[in-house]
Amino acid sequence: MTDATSSNIPSGKKHATSLVAQDARTKRRNAAEARFRAYGVAAIVVAILALIGLVSSILYNGSSAFRQTFITMEVYLDPAKLDKDGSGNLEKIAKVSTFGYAPLIAKGFEKKFEENPNLVVEGLNAKKAAKMISKEGPAELRRMVLANPALIGQTVKVEFLANGRIDGYFKGRVTPETAKLDKNVSPEQLMLADKLKEAGLLKTRFNFGFLTRADASENRPEAAGLGVAILGSFYMMLVVLCLTLPIGVAASIYLEEFAPKNWITDIVEVNISNLAAVPSIVFGILGLAIFINFAGLPQSAPIVGGLVLTLMTLPTIIIATRASLKAVPPSIRDAALGVGASKMQAVFHHVLPLAAPGILTGTIIGLAQALGETAPLLLIGMVAFVREYPAAPPEGFFDPAAALPVQVYNWTQRSDPAFVERASGAIIVLLVFLLAMNAIAIILRRRFERRW
Amino acid sequence: MYDAPKLEANVEQNDIKINAKNVQVYYGATHAIKDVNIDIEDKTVTAFIGPSGCGKSTFLRCLNRMNDTIDVCRVEGDILLDGEDIYDKRVDPVQLRAKVGMVFQKPNPFPKSIYDNIAYGPRIHGLAKNKADLDEIVEKSLRRGAIWNEVKDRLHEPGTGLSGGQQQRLCIARAVATEPEVLLMDEPCSALDPIATAQVEELIDELRGRYSVVIVTHSMQQAARVSQKTAFFHLGNLVEYDDTATIFTNPKDERTESYITGRIG
Repeated sequence: MTDATSSNIPSGKKHATSLVAQDARTKRRNAAEARFRAYGVAAIVVAILALIGLVSSILYNGSSAFRQTFITMEVYLDPAKLDKDGSGNLEKIAKVSTFGYAPLIAKGFEKKFEENPNLVVEGLNAKKAAKMISKEGPAELRRMVLANPALIGQTVKVEFLANGRIDGYFKGRVTPETAKLDKNVSPEQLMLADKLKEAGLLKTRFNFGFLTRADASENRPEAAGLGVAILGSFYMMLVVLCLTLPIGVAASIYLEEFAPKNWITDIVEVNISNLAAVPSIVFGILGLAIFINFAGLPQSAPIVGGLVLTLMTLPTIIIATRASLKAVPPSIRDAALGVGASKMQAVFHHVLPLAAPGILTGTIIGLAQALGETAPLLLIGMVAFVREYPAAPPEGFFDPAAALPVQVYNWTQRSDPAFVERASGAIIVLLVFLLAMNAIAIILRRRFERRW
Repeated sequence: MYDAPKLEANVEQNDIKINAKNVQVYYGATHAIKDVNIDIEDKTVTAFIGPSGCGKSTFLRCLNRMNDTIDVCRVEGDILLDGEDIYDKRVDPVQLRAKVGMVFQKPNPFPKSIYDNIAYGPRIHGLAKNKADLDEIVEKSLRRGAIWNEVKDRLHEPGTGLSGGQQQRLCIARAVATEPEVLLMDEPCSALDPIATAQVEELIDELRGRYSVVIVTHSMQQAARVSQKTAFFHLGNLVEYDDTATIFTNPKDERTESYITGRIG
């Protein structure tokens, strides 16, 4: 028995290894595989770290943009200053400029100091204290009065924006040491700010104005908001969606399902692929030349931005749509043709519904790409300083507006450090929009796929 | 009414349904079908057999102009359906395909409900005036497809959820729903197991009562079982066309004999 088994084990060098021990070749192959996996894991770790670094730096810099410092002040709207002849005539009241309102705010501080001696800081008079209020403050007060002239003669309690430096003090950007070197703020003002906070007159709270206000000038960062930019971007996306979806889908269906395969369609195909790789700024120059110089459309208008972004997005959408049309199994087309459907019925009844999730995803990703595009918009004047909200569509499409990414670019160019947080905050808003759009793409995709 | 076709089946010679004369098919530079002449009879199952790539599927697809969808494909010669040239410029392939239905190799139900699969053809051809009409057509077609009993309780579930054999019978039911006169089947059982194959073959035999059925198959046993006429294709030529019994017992051409005995193929 033992003899029989031992004779069954093949002898010789070739069979000297057992299955349990790995031979050199297997070891090399396993080592290569392990190395490859390690590279993969390392690549993913690097990517995740980079992403975390990016997002956290943006959040760190930008989240403070959503909080803003406000100073509540009672202001007596003195008829002697605002409505000198007491006629209540709106035109005459309107003649009093913003500078006419600034002393009223200073008076408010004076009164506060009288009421509450604790607030008095040595070396800081009411006029200097009033500088703590944003330069936007008097303008706001004036708008309030013009909207409701009946307020004249009353004492109104107004929540003013604190100026950028005071706001910066509560966000850690400004300290008493830096204030000494800064002509825009003094250590005394910071001391008063602390006292106002104790007295409950100064608050730092969520800043809706960041999302709703228009852009503001260089020296009043606290008043700058994204309202016009969000509206402008929204209008542009509407234009892009309304143009790219029908044009892109129609072009793809024609090219994929109907067009004869010859050299002309080959050229068209190659060019669409190439267009997708053209630098976006080239589309900006094209837009400037065609839509503004030739067609005479207004500069900075969402319609022009939308048209330029449409040109830029179309190749992406056509490529995505054609890919999803290609992915529909040919047997479905055969089946439809086999029961006597026309080519168009086969496409619209069977192929298109099956390709819809892919088309939607492609479209939304194309839109997201367009939403984040900056370069072409610079060339068509979307970078202009726009204070007025564009009107409601359709007129609004022709009004000047800003765009989110351009607003970010714009703010990063400004010297006041308060704009750093604004720019990062705007990036956060942009990212939130992009994430929302991608989420919508995923949800739509799921929903449509479930139906089949 | 339903008994009548059985009597007809015993008649030796039926009317000619399709008459093909000197048909040539080219794929680009490739000459795929060479000078095929064939008369396909009404109310008969005609089987096309032959080795892979011999052109039998290509020829089948010529009969309802499905080859039109292939750009490089060119068809010459005449194919007459009831005496009318189907490649005439005035013929709309859509109308032709309503008359000449097709069942494909792989079951390809639409990713819709069983009901909608059947109702699609009648809907686009306007065969039903109202919902009740359509319901009737769907039931009749599913009964003819020998699948009614299995699906009658789940007409609104997706057709893609059925088993392979059921899907293929659903596709046959879908093809007969448009009331075609000819039914083309391109290897309808090649993706099915033997039980489903038997069901489909039984169904084909029943369909013979109303339609002219042309079936492409790789299985000679299947051809022998279901067809009355058999055509043997080889390298794009129609080598031999005769009664099935004659082809399998007494072939005239030696290539046919070689193929059915398994020496070539």
